[in-house]
Amino acid sequence: MADVAAVRGTGLDVSRVRADFPPLAEEVRPGVPLRYFDSAATALKPAPVVEAVREFLADYPANVHRGLHVLSERATEAFEGARLKVAAHLGVDDPAQVIFTRGTTEAINLVARSWGRMALKPGDAIVLSELEHHANIVPWQMIAAETGAVLRYVDLTDDLEYDLDSFDRLFDDGRVRMVATTGMSNVTGVRPPVEEIARRARGRGARVLIDAAQSLAHEGLDVVELGIDFAAFSGHKVFGPTGVGVLYGKRELLEAMEPVLGGGNMVLRVERDRAVWNELPDKFEAGTPPIAEVIGLGAAIDYIESLDAEAVARHERGLIEHAHATLGAVEGFRLLGPSDTAGKGPIVGFTLDGTHPHDLSHLLDRHGIAIRAGHHCAMPLHTRLGIPASARASFALYNTKDEIDRLAEALGSIKTMLRRR
Amino acid sequence: MDDPLYREEILDHYYSSPYRGRLERADHACDLDNPFCGDQIHVELAVDGDRIKDVRFDGKGCVISQAATSLLAERLEGATVEEALGLGPADVVKLLGMPLTPTRMKCGLLGWKAIRQALTPKDVTA
Ligand SMILES: Cc1ncc(COP(=O)(O)O)c(C=O)c1O
Repeated sequence: MADVAAVRGTGLDVSRVRADFPPLAEEVRPGVPLRYFDSAATALKPAPVVEAVREFLADYPANVHRGLHVLSERATEAFEGARLKVAAHLGVDDPAQVIFTRGTTEAINLVARSWGRMALKPGDAIVLSELEHHANIVPWQMIAAETGAVLRYVDLTDDLEYDLDSFDRLFDDGRVRMVATTGMSNVTGVRPPVEEIARRARGRGARVLIDAAQSLAHEGLDVVELGIDFAAFSGHKVFGPTGVGVLYGKRELLEAMEPVLGGGNMVLRVERDRAVWNELPDKFEAGTPPIAEVIGLGAAIDYIESLDAEAVARHERGLIEHAHATLGAVEGFRLLGPSDTAGKGPIVGFTLDGTHPHDLSHLLDRHGIAIRAGHHCAMPLHTRLGIPASARASFALYNTKDEIDRLAEALGSIKTMLRRR
Repeated sequence: MDDPLYREEILDHYYSSPYRGRLERADHACDLDNPFCGDQIHVELAVDGDRIKDVRFDGKGCVISQAATSLLAERLEGATVEEALGLGPADVVKLLGMPLTPTRMKCGLLGWKAIRQALTPKDVTA
């Protein structure tokens, strides 16, 4: 029998996908096409997302939830429609558990402040790991300082993966109230075993927050099946606009939590000296929301859902395997994190011996190659690695193996060019 | 693909700057870092009256941050303190011989900032 998968390739028509992302057809300079390996910083936006935002701004740019006129009704419908799409994408029945924020950062800050003020007592512990982005560290430091809670860090293995035995020991004194973990490291691509983390944490009575900023661009997140309490992600990393993100929370927690921002929309009634909070999700959405961005996010979710998720996963798996093989063959290339691709997403954090990541990304840009250099808002991880900065090539569904070959070639030529003479 | 910013002269300043090292006796010194990319620079100056006698630097970082500091050291040896403080970002760019993007500017100006801070009298009453 013919191998159906082979006949269909990966089941993802990458050239058709690429046609949806206009910058991929552009030359950054005459004769130099763009190779975009910075999707972990922000993903490119497909045409339908751009069109949805344009359409709102051009055709019905009205405020939501207030006007009774045609344009406002239409805007409200599109805005709330996006909430339904996000809820369905996360496996959530009740759209009121989906709160729009400005991004992952704001979503985690909301939980840290609101849930933290309600739940944390002096000596209580919040468990983090050094894999976390600053967005999932600093808000916890701030609320710890305010409440007298403490931070505890899970040990990582030499491959920068969770050491689950050390994780268990953190619970021995029964003080852990929250485990906040990334779903995928933005530096190494490592995917902590979130199912297992959630199961163990819940078994010890701790709440669980998943920072899905990176993972959601590559895999689904079923918050109900995982049984987690909170999840956060950003629109711009899942092919949507900047300025919008999502906080998912369990209803009983969101009901009990106090709002962080006060203003319009988050109140049912305001008297001279007090106010009554609105229902979920409005209680946490003070002020005019980023309407265009939310509608764009809805279109981005539609876009993701329109693709065969399994085929996308297979394609991206092919990319990361290819990247490990070809980049790993470049002299002086040092991969950060595990060389086994099984437990990671399509992100390659690395250094190139004798080359500062900043020079590297500058010179790669001459080849039209966009990567990121720096600490990637993960200073504790870089401190642990003993390096001030690293380079990162991150891939998305629109990248190809051929592009990765160009990256490998460019790394080689840069190494030659910067050689000490 | 060559990049004029990374030409041989600049790489020489990066790999084998005669100004890299420490002074026996420094009158002014300053440490600065650029958290964005982890560049670190340490500069030392020896001054005789109002003239800069010697400049040395030390640090880790990208080619641009280190080479720019070396070029500045070369430029400033023998110059007056006033002259040194009169140099601006445009002068650093001129020494590098190439315009820098805004992000790269932070690397290019790290040594310049450190030298300025080293030479700026601290307000002891503050
Ligand atoms: C793992 C992770 N968490 C959080 C964030 C913060 O996302 P945002 O800046 O969109 O709020 C990022 C973005 O870089 C990230 O990679």
